[in-house]
Amino acid sequence: MLTWAFWISSALFTLALVMNFYRVLVGPTLPDRIAALDTMYVNAIGMIIIQGLWQDTNLYFEAALLIAMLGFISTVAVCKYLLRGDIIE
Amino acid sequence: MKRLLPMPLLSLLLFAIWMGLTALTPGNALLALVLALLIPILIRRFWEPQPTVHRPLKLLVYVIVLLWDIIIANLEVSRLILARRREPQPAFVLYPLSLTEPFPITILASTISLTPGTISAHLRIHDGTLLIHALDIEDTQALIDQIRRRYEQPLKEIFQC
Amino acid sequence: MTFMPDWLAPWLEGLIAFLLVTGGIFAVIGALGLLRFRDFFQRLHGPAKNSTLGVGCTLLASMLFFWLQTGDHSGRELLITLFLMITTPVSAHLLTMTGMHHRLRRTERTQGEPYELGSERDR
Repeated sequence: MLTWAFWISSALFTLALVMNFYRVLVGPTLPDRIAALDTMYVNAIGMIIIQGLWQDTNLYFEAALLIAMLGFISTVAVCKYLLRGDIIE
Repeated sequence: MKRLLPMPLLSLLLFAIWMGLTALTPGNALLALVLALLIPILIRRFWEPQPTVHRPLKLLVYVIVLLWDIIIANLEVSRLILARRREPQPAFVLYPLSLTEPFPITILASTISLTPGTISAHLRIHDGTLLIHALDIEDTQALIDQIRRRYEQPLKEIFQC
Repeated sequence: MTFMPDWLAPWLEGLIAFLLVTGGIFAVIGALGLLRFRDFFQRLHGPAKNSTLGVGCTLLASMLFFWLQTGDHSGRELLITLFLMITTPVSAHLLTMTGMHHRLRRTERTQGEPYELGSERDR
């Protein structure tokens, strides 16, 4: 049963990532793309966690944590840049 | 005591996070203790004093209500996304804040973003207003009343401000 | 691929499987929300809520699994969930502000007005 669950949820997360990527490519505006990228990194965390479960290893945890932090920081940085034309005021 | 441990809650949080990130060994506990004591002393000067939690039990209740509301929020937004026929009725709502301190306002804004169909869009702290974007709302006054009753009043009681 | 220990009780296995699939479903719904709606401000709602809960479910499943399997009860996954719960509202807030700053088109049905950003009061 667990094997099936791994397959299904991997497939679902992949589907979600593909749809997000479509939004990144199509746009139509810059904030849309940023929002889609933001969602992509959140989904990537889910993907990595599932991979870690699948391969029965705890090693991916740090990768997930790093993606969470860097993704948030980069979203904030890009938004700040678009808002002010400057990242650090 | 005040000099040695300026921010007990922050120390506790740092300790907990360090222990969560590493293995449970005595060495790690010692290192976590040192860091939890040292970091608050080092950053004390940059830290603006924030209102403290006066009613921890109420805070616990608030967190539980929030977790429940997050699940409800997800189901509700999912239903809206999946209901292809119906177009939602979005709205920008101006919410007059009665809180004044920055930290409780931050918590309130985050709460609004995490709960059903609303995202906090912009804060004008000097005007005391918070702009909210709602995904599907008919009656804006009802939304304002609900937020005030469900989240802002408890926060006021928790922080006593 | 030794992810099915014999002693793992069937109902716990079921719970983990349920959490994993639910997480996946929420992620897909969040992505659908990103595709479906007409204007930027509505599109933000899907990912801001559903993706967080989707990943939260997966992290919960992971925590449960490692707890049962290796007796590792550090609950480190909770940290990521907590971190996401703190950061998602902040990034959603900033994204909305960016959208208002760029004066993005919104559907005619929208009640109320967004701010015109850029005055001194917004600093």
